[in-house]
Amino acid sequence: MKLVFAAWGVLFAASAAAADIQNGKELYGRCLACHALEYDRVGPRHCGLFGRRAGSVKGFAYSEALKRSKIVWNDKTLDRFLASPLKSVPGTAMTYAGVPDAKERADLISYLKQAC
Amino acid sequence: MSFLSIRTPAQARRLFLTRSGVVLSGAAVALLAGRDALAATAGDKTSDSKILNTALAAELEAIAAYQVGAESGLLQKPVLALAVQFQGHHKEHAEVLAKTIQKLGGKAVAAKSKYNFPVEKLKSQADVLRFAAGLEQGAVSAYLGAVPLFGNRDLSKAAASILGDEAMHWAVLRNALGENPVPSAFVS
Repeated sequence: MKLVFAAWGVLFAASAAAADIQNGKELYGRCLACHALEYDRVGPRHCGLFGRRAGSVKGFAYSEALKRSKIVWNDKTLDRFLASPLKSVPGTAMTYAGVPDAKERADLISYLKQAC
Repeated sequence: MSFLSIRTPAQARRLFLTRSGVVLSGAAVALLAGRDALAATAGDKTSDSKILNTALAAELEAIAAYQVGAESGLLQKPVLALAVQFQGHHKEHAEVLAKTIQKLGGKAVAAKSKYNFPVEKLKSQADVLRFAAGLEQGAVSAYLGAVPLFGNRDLSKAAASILGDEAMHWAVLRNALGENPVPSAFVS
């Protein structure tokens, strides 16, 4: 019986995660003025983001502020940056107020982690 | 006629032609004649110029994207006319943004010599419309994210005016794709 409940728990968790990723995909629409997953635009590409040092995509013209930030992108640093890019890295060229909702940031990050 | 009753791109275009001029000229006036913008502090001017330059870079890319769509040979005549009209709006936005950046003492970014667009994925008119709709949706969000950042409120007003124009583009493109043109009460 415990196994059945455990299985339901796993299924429920998997379903919740999928819903978050789908929401994250929709939220990613907000980023499409400047970003794409696979290629650089006004902003740099997002594929390969996790574990990448900020300001390190070859050939992309970053702000000095981001290049000097020493940020390595992971769940935590992305969450902080997305909440308020200009407060997180003053001088960044990402002149966007941010994503104030923590759940939305989490969904967006979940989507980005598996999008490429 | 409202967006809810638009059934064809031609109808959408006619509606757009009759209604878009007022919004754009309002933005141009606010940007170019806004004395407060010129009287702002040096710090505000630098920061505002930076925000405008990011917007300008996105506008220049949108102009290039519409050019790719227009030259793709995939668009039927009324849709092509619509794309060219929307491209014209982006050109107006870019011109006003560049002039304002210069007035604020900044250096306006130039268009890139080459843009990366997923041309290999554009195989039909719907593909082009969907690509353009994605750019317009992003533009709405980008301007929305910029509006509260300006040190000068004239610039916030002008950015909001451009946002309204981008939102109309997005709605018309969604409608042309057979999607709900206004899927929610708020944009984000």
